[in-house]
Amino acid sequence: MGLLSKKDIALIKDPLFDNNPITIQVLGICSALAITAELEASIVMSISVLFVMGFGNVIISLIRNIIPSKIRIIVQLTVVAALVIIVDLVLKAFAYELSKTLSVFVGLIITNCIIMGRFEAFALANGPWRSFLDGIGNAFGYAIILIIVGFFRELLGSGTLLGIQVLGDPIEKTGAYAFGYENNGFMLLAPMALIVVGIIIWVQRSGNEALIEDN
Amino acid sequence: MEYLELFFKSIFIDNMVFATFLGMCSYLAVSKKVATAVGLGAAVIFVLAITVPLNWLLDQFILQPGALSWLGEEFADYDLSFLSFILFIATIATMVQLVEIVVEKFAPSLYNSLGIFLPLIAVNCAILGGSLFMQSREIPTLGLATVYGIGSGIGFFLAILTIAAIREKIRYSNVPPPLRGLGITFIITGLMAIGFMSFGGMLTGGDEEETKEEPSVMLKETNNNSLTSSVTVEKENEKQTEELADNTTKVIE
Repeated sequence: MGLLSKKDIALIKDPLFDNNPITIQVLGICSALAITAELEASIVMSISVLFVMGFGNVIISLIRNIIPSKIRIIVQLTVVAALVIIVDLVLKAFAYELSKTLSVFVGLIITNCIIMGRFEAFALANGPWRSFLDGIGNAFGYAIILIIVGFFRELLGSGTLLGIQVLGDPIEKTGAYAFGYENNGFMLLAPMALIVVGIIIWVQRSGNEALIEDN
Repeated sequence: MEYLELFFKSIFIDNMVFATFLGMCSYLAVSKKVATAVGLGAAVIFVLAITVPLNWLLDQFILQPGALSWLGEEFADYDLSFLSFILFIATIATMVQLVEIVVEKFAPSLYNSLGIFLPLIAVNCAILGGSLFMQSREIPTLGLATVYGIGSGIGFFLAILTIAAIREKIRYSNVPPPLRGLGITFIITGLMAIGFMSFGGMLTGGDEEETKEEPSVMLKETNNNSLTSSVTVEKENEKQTEELADNTTKVIE
């Protein structure tokens, strides 16, 4: 099979749907909800998490045999914090406006439960290459939900995608607005993120009976 | 006045859970029973009240640009603010460990009720978020930072308590199978967050610029108002969540 065996592919594929970190494992919800009012912010956030997850998992996996288990949480936090500082400085240097929008939520990647959860559950028990794939897979699972939520909130809330007006001009009444369509400003407010994620969970679980919880 | 305003604001208007979505993971995971929810909520108040002022001191005397000038003239240009993430999280992790040891030694009964939650809290976004918001909002004094920490903790406590109560009730309702558990909790939280948004304009009457220009007599009046309103708000809050629970059960039926 060359570089990727079947097990390795499963590591990447499972977190995308059937074991999604947000909708099934319930990890990393905080940041998923707070920054999804615009699609661009969700994409940048996903890339940052991808970077931190991939490299963090590799580093923890490499040093897993020398970390004393009593202080492992502090060690893990330090590794993540160092990686997040890199992300934060890069964002401030190349995308200053965006880093203002994300504000403290870049810093909060440190306490994003996905990262700690994967360190504890996977990187501490597996080799670097498999940990890297696991990190990438979970980060993509996280990214999918972020991008879906960001897509709907920006499209329905302000009629734009990545800042481009796809539904016509609301002031000059072109495109969809000519037929009386209005933007739903409510989608931009924070509570709607929760409800959109709730609906995603609903759709996902009605497609897969095995995921339904007991009452 | 200033203290009360910040206190009220951090509990209701900038509620950790409903306005900024911090601490969502533990909020969802530990809200199945009221008793455990109270334990976690109390632990969060406790840790926030300690770490926010501590991180405020670190920020003022080590991290801010020019903060090192107390060491001598030659340190005045240093800007260590890029280290704040790593220093804050290290403070939080060590404080949590320290609190755990101290509580275990001197208050075993408290340790039994808080104990299992303390390690969880080190990685709770609400704790780090409290310190980061404290930094980005530039809270001016140590007292205010403490008030902010306690207020945000109480906000989290209220949120997790109400959702746990609702979830205990909802067990008897007939929720559509795919929504059971996580899905319905998300939607209820969304509805509660909409409810909490109505606190938004309460403190300043919707216009922050105006209150600054008003004479001091007016300020005293608003002070009294906010006192009484904070009391009524709590009552309203209880009512509201009850109503919400009723509504959701009706919708489901």
